[in-house]
Amino acid sequence: MPNLIKNNQITVDAWEVVAKDEVATNNDQIFLPLAQIDDVKTLITSGKQAGVWLDSDTDYEQLTAISKNVSVIAINFPKFADGRGYSLARILRDQCKYTGELRAIGDVLLDQVFFMSRVGFDAYSLRDDKDAQKVQAMLETFSESYQTSVDQPIPLFKRRG
Amino acid sequence: MYIYDQYDQTIIDERVAQFREQTNRFLNGELTNDEFLPLRLQNGLYVQRHAPMLRIAVPYGLISSNQMRAIADITEKYDKGYAHFSTRQNIQLNWPALESVPDILADLAKVQMHAVQTSGNCIRSTTSDQFAGVAKNEIEDPRPWAEIIRQWSTFHPEFAYLPRKFKIAVNGATDADRAAIRMHDIGVQLVKNDQGEVGFQIFVGGGLGRTPILGEVLEEFLEQKHLLTYLDSIVRVYNLKGRRDNKYKARIKILVKAMGVDAFKVLVLEQFDAIKDGEGTLTQTEIDRVKAYFVSPDYADLPQSDAIVDQLLAENKGFKNWVTRNTQEHRQAGYVSVNLSFKKVGYAPGDATAKQLRASAQLAQDFGFDEMRITHFQNVVLPDVKISQLPALWEETKKHGLATPTIGTLTDVICCPGGDFCALANAKSLPIAEQILSKFDDLDYLYELGDIDLNISGCMNACGHHHIGNIGVLGVDKKGEEFYQISLGGSSGKDASVGKILGPSFKADDMGEIISKIIDVFVEKRQTEELFIDCVRRVGLDPFKERVYAKSN
Repeated sequence: MPNLIKNNQITVDAWEVVAKDEVATNNDQIFLPLAQIDDVKTLITSGKQAGVWLDSDTDYEQLTAISKNVSVIAINFPKFADGRGYSLARILRDQCKYTGELRAIGDVLLDQVFFMSRVGFDAYSLRDDKDAQKVQAMLETFSESYQTSVDQPIPLFKRRG
Repeated sequence: MYIYDQYDQTIIDERVAQFREQTNRFLNGELTNDEFLPLRLQNGLYVQRHAPMLRIAVPYGLISSNQMRAIADITEKYDKGYAHFSTRQNIQLNWPALESVPDILADLAKVQMHAVQTSGNCIRSTTSDQFAGVAKNEIEDPRPWAEIIRQWSTFHPEFAYLPRKFKIAVNGATDADRAAIRMHDIGVQLVKNDQGEVGFQIFVGGGLGRTPILGEVLEEFLEQKHLLTYLDSIVRVYNLKGRRDNKYKARIKILVKAMGVDAFKVLVLEQFDAIKDGEGTLTQTEIDRVKAYFVSPDYADLPQSDAIVDQLLAENKGFKNWVTRNTQEHRQAGYVSVNLSFKKVGYAPGDATAKQLRASAQLAQDFGFDEMRITHFQNVVLPDVKISQLPALWEETKKHGLATPTIGTLTDVICCPGGDFCALANAKSLPIAEQILSKFDDLDYLYELGDIDLNISGCMNACGHHHIGNIGVLGVDKKGEEFYQISLGGSSGKDASVGKILGPSFKADDMGEIISKIIDVFVEKRQTEELFIDCVRRVGLDPFKERVYAKSN
């Protein structure tokens, strides 16, 4: 099972990610695919822990609607080199003003978490062969960054002393 | 030139530490080849035929004497004592050991250099005009803008895993486009509007490679302060919409062509509206801060000509040839820019020994302001040379083998490292360059022919920019044998065009002869003083086809 890194804590990721053509095996701590977002909302209303997961090819025009009434969203990285999730995350945070949990799932490796944290991810379901103990150091790879982003909206050019 | 402050230095030092740690994890098996691949590529490290190749960034081609000496030291300490100037104004090492790359990066960081984003599917190092800031007829110096773009694109968190590589070039000249901006994913042209304000004309969707396409205008006039947010918007749409199923269709040019530039612009403007005037908007303070690094050096007040030089020009043909071909007009009276030529029979185009690198650094110190420019023609420019010092400089450049007076001629060949080094290449490119350099060794004849760009690429990736050579040569592989396809009519200037393929490809050994035939046809068809490119455009490809494919009798 992958490790979940969230709020500086490492736990086993017990959340079930229900694939697009699968049925959930439990109904607590689950991510349902986008097509079942109404079920997610029903589960949340009934007090369950549920979220929606988005694949990397999700149409970004839909993000505003998706982000309403959910408090956990996962973005899938089918391959770590598929970078669409970074822009989806940024739009969710910057344009949709989404403030809930944003979790990276799928092919999530160590060397990408720094950039993920910059574009608005705050939870990482790390691929199970990767050493979760190293995530914290990875998140601190760079102490400064040039661009505006979610973690530091003020670009360096406005902060240079 | 731009000098790092503590922020820039910290970022580059942390990059070195990051890559050292990544390399260690790769070497001890914690990172697989596939996982390490994009990490090393974004540090300019390719795994090549014989050894890795490290591409060192030279932002917009600008390099100081101190940096050039550091490169010379690195080539001796970690490589075989020579380096290669690339067609994107960078410097390549062909023989470093993978294990020593972190140390090389650490040495580079000491002189404010790096290999960040010189490869990989990210925003690559930004290029510009090799005569930026010294050329006549410039709207303004494009380098501050290239530097602002460099900083914005460096470790941009959203755009590290784009569908494909992404190249941006900036041009400030009004009468020339030495940066070939319409061959880039984004081309930025400095323009002035009716109110006299300087802004940007933005081109999108240009590129070479398998499907050469000229960029189209996306925006006629973009205000300065919106530059970065506008670039963010373009690259975001590309990141989300660009094809990822086929690497040959993954460049932004394919997306723009498929959607049409107008539909693409609708999406860009949608993103732009969301971030326009937001935190990423450039401030005048920042623009002024960066521009302050590119103010003109302390030029002397000089007359435009020098009597001793004029006399030598009249008396000495060799000097006259060199001045005619290898110098470029300067905006400052009494100064010129001088090309040091790295094209010579027996040497790969753009290769420089450590000794030549140090000599160039010394020349820039003695005959300028410690600065050089690497050109996409794979030569080095000394931007600020006093006309009165040309005779002394000529003598010095001759001593170091840097005075080949052929800039812009047929033998100022642009050439990728090709199959001799590159793992991607289908064919060798260097022996073709060598054939042409040896065959056309009569200077008077070369000058008679005038400006001709001959560009050679060893494969479709088009590092030798064959599409935009007046004569383009592309290496192809046919059942394990190397063949060469010729195209004519390409051009990289203001009137950019993509060359048309002449016909079936040729064997390596025949290439010198085939190029000779093409030149013969040009000489026969040429009108007085007509340039090769103009002649090809006028007469078309047929006369050339008839000659090179004629049955021998």
